[in-house]
Amino acid sequence: MAQVHLRNLIKAYGALQVVHAINLDIADGEFVVLVGPSGCGKSTTLRMIAGLEDISGGEIAIGERVVNDLPPRDRNISMVFQNYALYPHMTVRENLGFSLKIAKRPQADIDVAVNKAADILSLTPLMDRRPAALSGGQRQRVAMGRAIVRHPEVFLFDEPLSNLDAKLRTQMRVEIKKLHQRLGSTIVYVTHDQVEAMTLADRIVIMRDGHIEQVGTPIEVFDNPVNTFVATFIGSPPMNLLEGRVDQGAVVLTDGSRLPIPPRYTAAQGAAVTYGIRADNIMPVGHALPAGDHIATVDMAVTLSEPLGTETLLFAELAGTEVQAKMLNPRPVRGRETMTFQIALDKCHLFDAATGSALRRA
Amino acid sequence: MASNQSHRMRRRGLKIAHFIGLFLAMSVICIPGLWIVLNSFRPTVEIMAKPPVWIPNDLNLDHYRAMFGAVGEGGVPVLTYFRNSLIISVTSTVIAILIGMAGGYAFARYRFKGKAAIFIALMVTRAVPGVALSLPLFIIYARVGLIDTHIGMIVTYVAMNVPFTIWLIDGFFRQVPRELAEAAEIDGCTRWQAFWRVEFPVARSGIASAGIFAFLTSWNEYALASQLTRSVTSKTMPVGLLDFTSEFTLNWGGMCALAVLMIIPALVLTFLVQKHLIAGLTFGGVKG
Ligand SMILES: Nc1ncnc2c1ncn2[C@@H]1O[C@H](COP(=O)(O)OP(=O)(O)O)[C@@H](O)[C@H]1O
Ligand SMILES: [Mg+2]
Repeated sequence: MAQVHLRNLIKAYGALQVVHAINLDIADGEFVVLVGPSGCGKSTTLRMIAGLEDISGGEIAIGERVVNDLPPRDRNISMVFQNYALYPHMTVRENLGFSLKIAKRPQADIDVAVNKAADILSLTPLMDRRPAALSGGQRQRVAMGRAIVRHPEVFLFDEPLSNLDAKLRTQMRVEIKKLHQRLGSTIVYVTHDQVEAMTLADRIVIMRDGHIEQVGTPIEVFDNPVNTFVATFIGSPPMNLLEGRVDQGAVVLTDGSRLPIPPRYTAAQGAAVTYGIRADNIMPVGHALPAGDHIATVDMAVTLSEPLGTETLLFAELAGTEVQAKMLNPRPVRGRETMTFQIALDKCHLFDAATGSALRRA
Repeated sequence: MASNQSHRMRRRGLKIAHFIGLFLAMSVICIPGLWIVLNSFRPTVEIMAKPPVWIPNDLNLDHYRAMFGAVGEGGVPVLTYFRNSLIISVTSTVIAILIGMAGGYAFARYRFKGKAAIFIALMVTRAVPGVALSLPLFIIYARVGLIDTHIGMIVTYVAMNVPFTIWLIDGFFRQVPRELAEAAEIDGCTRWQAFWRVEFPVARSGIASAGIFAFLTSWNEYALASQLTRSVTSKTMPVGLLDFTSEFTLNWGGMCALAVLMIIPALVLTFLVQKHLIAGLTFGGVKG
């Protein structure tokens, strides 16, 4: 059993608090991704779980044990670092077997475990090389191999793919997911890349400035963001946000145009609100907008188009704000062509303009 | 075709010019050393000849024979000096490296009060010329009875070398990513094991080069040794060179012969560890 519990976990460097009393319960075998912009405290949180960073307040438990004062070696975890941190003076084989050697396991056992890990990660032909003679992707594999030979209760990953090129990153992402399915261990994974978070996670933890903003499955945080930060951070392109004021069941935008309040939202008359529309939910007429009963129509001048193959991203202007929309079945777009767009209101969001929090849904 | 050929000609010309330049530079560096080696093998008349004789016409081992001969007939207790030099240099180097490793590691990895000030203070000690300290050192050593002892010289050389070894080793540990030790700790090491099994081996080349510099400094030091040693109990080889001077004469040949004997161990050591030395000086290569 290896759940991980963070209870009011705090980290402060002197007077500067970088993690603010966060709470998180991670189930046994769960793949949890901490995601957030650079500097929000993801690595610090992960390193506290690993025992590489002192805890300023609160409690960390792995399984049933509170591990606050245990050194890393007694926590039964393993970690993959962003720069891989392979031992440069050892061969791949020695790198993989190092932890077992330190644990004084018999050489025969070490060989079996190392060969098995090498087999899983296709490292067998590289076993006698030094890290300096490996490519980025191969080093990444060795780092993962080193983590799995010990069968730890919890794996910690700190941006393991950020030093790889885009193609390799996609490939390794799939491998990490397969590895998790195969090993079934608990994984805490840190990244600033929301695509990585969405594709890998059982549950996503979105952090900002040392606070947890939202915890949920990828679909939950995508469909029901609790505030504008999550709404714009998760999903690509980011959700379009339009400022306005509530007036009799509609939101009046800054240029006076009106959009109906999305179904199921309630908002007080006259309240300042932010209207959120994802690019997938605003499309030119006739472009297979997601089904729904509530549709609004607006005319917008398209200023720019980005063909992506199966779809084209359109940049247009609505009430003085740049809005990104999608066009399926792409066709060429003339400069500043005015098109009629449909908005799927069932998929739209309404936030309090002052706090950014999502308004209550009926 | 023609332009191709002239291009090739020019490249060859550049290569030759490069070679000649290198040869001249190396000559300037090497000729004094070669001159000493040459002089140790030829009669005094030829050494003193004016204009200098470049091509020797009589090479022999007379100076070496005389040097190892009986005292009073031009002999010098070479082996004793050699032993003194070796004991003093090796011991002081080992101590300076141990202190340098502890200090360098602390500077590279930890934050503590007064770190910058201590570091600058250490560097400033390098600005003080050693000779300037010889008189105060002499007085103190005379009081505590360290004049003409191995211990006295070892302490002196440790003090001389420690700031340098700390500075050098700090630089090498700085280049070892912190994550290596962290990875080792996660792999089950204690802090101490992580240092000896990962950080030390990775920085080993750098530490070896710091060791050579410390050793050579002690091995070649003359100014302080000439003040603080008196007799065969502690005189080192550089001080031994002075045995070839007497009131009215200088035995150049003998001096050169002893100098050659002094250079040999330093050369051998440098060759033995040159692989490490080069790796240490181009440290970036071990990262990965
Ligand atoms: N040793 C330190 N001293 C002071 N501040 C630190 C230290 N380490 C990290 N921080 C600060 O803590 C915050 C969180 O850092 P980190 O956890 O590395 O962020 P990230 O989410 O990018 O991984 C950052 O603002 C960083 O500047
Ligand atoms: Mg980070």
